[in-house]
Amino acid sequence: MAARDNHGTDAPWKEGFQVVGRAHPKIDGLAKATGQAIYTDDIQLPGMLHVKMLRSPHPHARIIEIDVHQALELEGVHAVLTGADLPKKYGVIPWTPDENALATEKVRFTGDEVCAIAAIDEDTANAALKLLEVKYEQLHAFLDPFDALERSEPQIHDEIRGKEVRGNVSKNVKLEFGDVEAGLEAADAVVDDNYFFHGTTHTAIEPHCAVAQYSPHGVLTVWSSTQITHYVQRALAHVLEIPEAKIRVIQPCLGGAFGGKSDPFALEFVVAKLAMITGRPVKCLWTREEVFYAHRGRHPMHLHYRTGARKDGRLTAVDAKILIDGGSYSSFGLITTYYSGQLLTGPYDFPAYRFDSTRVFTNKPPCGPKRGHGSVQPRFAFEVQLDQIAEKLGIDPIELRRKNFQGEHTETVNGQRITSNGFLRCLDEVERASSWKERRVKLPRGRGLGVAGSMYISGTNYAVYPNAMPQAGVQLQLDRSGLVTVFTGGNDIGQGSNSVARIIVAEELGLDPEDVRVVAADTDLCPVDLGAYSSRVTFMVGNALIDACRKVRKQIVQAVAEDWGVPTARVWMGLGEVFDLEDRERTLSTREAFHLTEERFDTLGATGSYNTPELGGDYRGGTIGASPAYSFTAHVVEVDVDEETGRITVENCWIAHDCGRALNPMLVAGQMEGSAYMGIAEALLESHDVNRFGLHAGPSLLDYRIPTSVDTPELHALIVESLDPEGPYGAKEAGEGPLHPSVPAISNAVFDACGIRLKQLPFTPGAVLTALRAKTGEPAPVRA
Amino acid sequence: MLRLPKFQVAAPDSVAEAVALLEQHGEDALVIAGGTDLVPNMKHELFTPELVVSLANIRKLRGIKQAEEGGLTIGAMSTLSDVAASEQVRDGAPALAQAASLVAGPQLRQMGTLGGNVMLDTRCQWYNQTYFWRDALGFCLKKDGTLCHVVAGGNKCVAAASNDTAPALMTLAATLVFEGTGGQREIPIHELFLADGIYNKKVRGEILTAVRIPALAPGHRGAYGKLRERGSIDFPLFGVAARLDVAADETVAYASLAAVALQARPVLLKRSAESLLGLRPGTRDFERGVDEAAELAYRQCRPLDNVPGDSDWRHEMVPVYVRRTLLAALEGSGPVHHV
Ligand SMILES: Cc1cc2nc3c(=O)[nH]c(=O)nc-3n(C[C@H](O)[C@H](O)[C@H](O)COP(=O)(O)OP(=O)(O)OC[C@H]3O[C@@H](n4cnc5c(N)ncnc54)[C@H](O)[C@@H]3O)c2cc1C
Ligand code: SF4
Repeated sequence: MAARDNHGTDAPWKEGFQVVGRAHPKIDGLAKATGQAIYTDDIQLPGMLHVKMLRSPHPHARIIEIDVHQALELEGVHAVLTGADLPKKYGVIPWTPDENALATEKVRFTGDEVCAIAAIDEDTANAALKLLEVKYEQLHAFLDPFDALERSEPQIHDEIRGKEVRGNVSKNVKLEFGDVEAGLEAADAVVDDNYFFHGTTHTAIEPHCAVAQYSPHGVLTVWSSTQITHYVQRALAHVLEIPEAKIRVIQPCLGGAFGGKSDPFALEFVVAKLAMITGRPVKCLWTREEVFYAHRGRHPMHLHYRTGARKDGRLTAVDAKILIDGGSYSSFGLITTYYSGQLLTGPYDFPAYRFDSTRVFTNKPPCGPKRGHGSVQPRFAFEVQLDQIAEKLGIDPIELRRKNFQGEHTETVNGQRITSNGFLRCLDEVERASSWKERRVKLPRGRGLGVAGSMYISGTNYAVYPNAMPQAGVQLQLDRSGLVTVFTGGNDIGQGSNSVARIIVAEELGLDPEDVRVVAADTDLCPVDLGAYSSRVTFMVGNALIDACRKVRKQIVQAVAEDWGVPTARVWMGLGEVFDLEDRERTLSTREAFHLTEERFDTLGATGSYNTPELGGDYRGGTIGASPAYSFTAHVVEVDVDEETGRITVENCWIAHDCGRALNPMLVAGQMEGSAYMGIAEALLESHDVNRFGLHAGPSLLDYRIPTSVDTPELHALIVESLDPEGPYGAKEAGEGPLHPSVPAISNAVFDACGIRLKQLPFTPGAVLTALRAKTGEPAPVRA
Repeated sequence: MLRLPKFQVAAPDSVAEAVALLEQHGEDALVIAGGTDLVPNMKHELFTPELVVSLANIRKLRGIKQAEEGGLTIGAMSTLSDVAASEQVRDGAPALAQAASLVAGPQLRQMGTLGGNVMLDTRCQWYNQTYFWRDALGFCLKKDGTLCHVVAGGNKCVAAASNDTAPALMTLAATLVFEGTGGQREIPIHELFLADGIYNKKVRGEILTAVRIPALAPGHRGAYGKLRERGSIDFPLFGVAARLDVAADETVAYASLAAVALQARPVLLKRSAESLLGLRPGTRDFERGVDEAAELAYRQCRPLDNVPGDSDWRHEMVPVYVRRTLLAALEGSGPVHHV
């Protein structure tokens, strides 16, 4: 790691932080609230055409013939695309390109894109869709991952990147660290159980949208609701076979992503190709139903765990076997499969660990990364299993977790470096805030408290395409007006990364935050950043910003010091002014300081970068899941179980999260609450499923039930700051970690409330009643 | 966003003009009130009328009035939020106010009308879907197809009546005033509905102008109970209205129970309600009567896989909600709802 990557945890100026650590409203909050923010769908260009897509009505079929003639003849139709027009396969992970913008030979799930029509308006495009004729030969549809595992014919994918696919296995990872069997032998108690995590999806309120324009000089501009502009640019270049330098990708204001806008999607290729063919700007806005088909949500996982512990509660070994239902394409699946095992090795220490994870293809909407990618499911299973161990050994569940705490500045069993670790404080906080000790055993029947912990990455050192260039780059422009503009490739997807950029720059250059503007996620204007995924932006872009700021700060301080004839150590900048620390009467506005500096050094600006240190275990896949810093979380959830209806109500959720330093506590608390909200929703309400016909069970916001405000419990955000040595001022992540424990904590609370162990998600009232009956031995009611 | 098919809109300012338009255009015309049911259904291409006749400009269809002969007359275009908030309705038809307050969510209640709720189309998970989805399924009997996916081999549509106010109005013995080109007629609400999920009403091509609720007996108690997954927005997975008229001698002189979200029409739970007659609240006998009512309801109500969700759980919830709603009516509390 270069010096530029590491800036310590202290404030840049002696007097402490001026901006960081205080609540600042989001940079785009008012624009969003007043309707001024420009989202992709707000873009209207002269002569713009609209695209609609024909989708497969079958879950698995071979395309025999496509007849586009009638559609092309319809007045107002400008072009029709089929798979043959975009034959190059792509995939977000360069090792597994198995997608086509439009199906070439086969369709692999109901909703797979087959044709695209550009017409003068949406209605004409829709009318033309009905004129397309496609002949299919239907194939056996795999709707069950066990079926896909056992049966290799017909294969969903035959080969990927020239490599033959084994049956319907998308990826298998088997790794073992330490001696698992010996660990289990030595244990006083072993819990061996099965768990199931169902599929859920992101439900960002903004549906996917893309607009393309192709200039007479051959420059393609694509505005897209993506969370990774850089990968979209690369994918477009690859599929359209034009140089990256001819492609500009811009992410306008984004209405939520949660991982669901990380892949390159069919609509981006299609609008680009159609703009190139027709010479007109082209837009495609997906319907809510189409967003459900695009999916890339949480993988359903069938999880088997065996965990051993000694009498004193210390864990001896963990053994996991996981079957992952991947849906129809690879997406990030290679990483998901690794993450399902690699990210379990904290905040607890165990000497032996093995996992065997298999991802299979099925004929369902493709799964991918959703908030807490790959690790929410195993975390659920494992944290419930820990509770089972606590029960077996008669140890308080919080105590059991404390006993196994891995400590700070240590290494996990799978070779990951742990730096700061505030997990114990997280446990203390939720224990205190929930009055755990006083209330846990004394609550009336039907009420219960449950705890769970977790860890998550703050970015990873695994760039999806291997390269030695920085993972984050930024550029600063200092204007004579006193304004500083930040150019960053980082994608603000609503999580507030542009707001974080603003406060870091304001802090470093002693500015009023209002004097910092942020231009983000435009590949023509901004240096490359790898985008908004794996909770990397604050950590990496933050460090890159400090790097850039310090370069110009040095110049400013030097210019001012020279002008005043004082040593540089006497110059101090804060909130828009520059002072002489020993003669407070002597001040300049930052604007004047910029002028002095520009006179002295020429036009002002700087670049900054960040790259991760060498990390990860020394084995194949050892860098996957290796992060420069990990966040830690503990939740205590209080539930009320109505034993007559089976309904679980979460009354309170205390979320203690170690985010390193909270750069903007208001945004951190927002992420913590939003994460817990999402986890609770997955546990109790949401279910992304296909029915017996291979059709999505209810692709609408009416049938896919996300909680409304009245369904949302009291969420208590308890920020824990551990100050990471490598994070910007010690910051880590806050956007994904705090989701993990909510799901198992609910299960554990239900056990406390009424003695049943919920091990299959979602925790529906019907499932609760069944479990209650199983416990009492009461027979199920017969349908008279 | 899903697009609406093309159509013409007429917004006459009298009922006479509206019914004339309906007659003139026959099957090609549909009435729109708040549009909260019709518009999504049109987006799903379940209905593709050429002409949509809006009732928005017909003044006399709005308003809640105390009738001279006692009771209430509620204009069909009264919004659900007005019905739910009206003191007159809360006093004169508590179960209706409660049911209206639980329809959909606040924004939809602001647009949705009582008339539209009474006239609501039946619902089914295989039917309330986009054209693409239904096409991929191969459609179903109710629209564009030949098979039923709820009852294998069934040749009758069992899509569920899902209007929350219908059972409340049934227990209140409400009557409906319809107007057609042939004039006005008034029919009891329980006579409106048919056991046919394709179109579950006896009346077609006429306009519902008002809902009349007779004066209540002095000891009237009413409540509504609604089972649904979320605390807002969702249609009922089961809904039950309860009425108990407690006479001067403190016994139950009249009882009525009606349920919705089961089959094509809202159903009166006659035998179940009868088990409470003559009983005195607060006694063991009354408690037993409530249990019996719940048990009989459980036997009569058989939730089908027409609406989404676990029908076994819905079935198990029938006696629970019947019992809770009866007790809420008695106490003057309610609605029975999980949030
Ligand atoms: C997300 C969502 C959730 C919902 N949840 C619920 C729920 O929980 N419970 C519930 O009961 N409903 C629910 N609804 C349905 C709907 O909002 C209500 O039933 C509402 O009362 C319908 O009234 P409207 O005025 O909007 O009817 P419209 O949509 O205007 O009309 C509905 C039907 O009635 C006919 N019609 C309307 N008025 C008259 C009249 N005066 N005379 C003759 N025919 C007429 C129309 O032709 C149409 O067929 C929901 C709707 C949505 C979109
Ligand atoms: S019950 Fe449902 S599936 Fe059957 S015909 Fe009616 S709408 Fe169609």
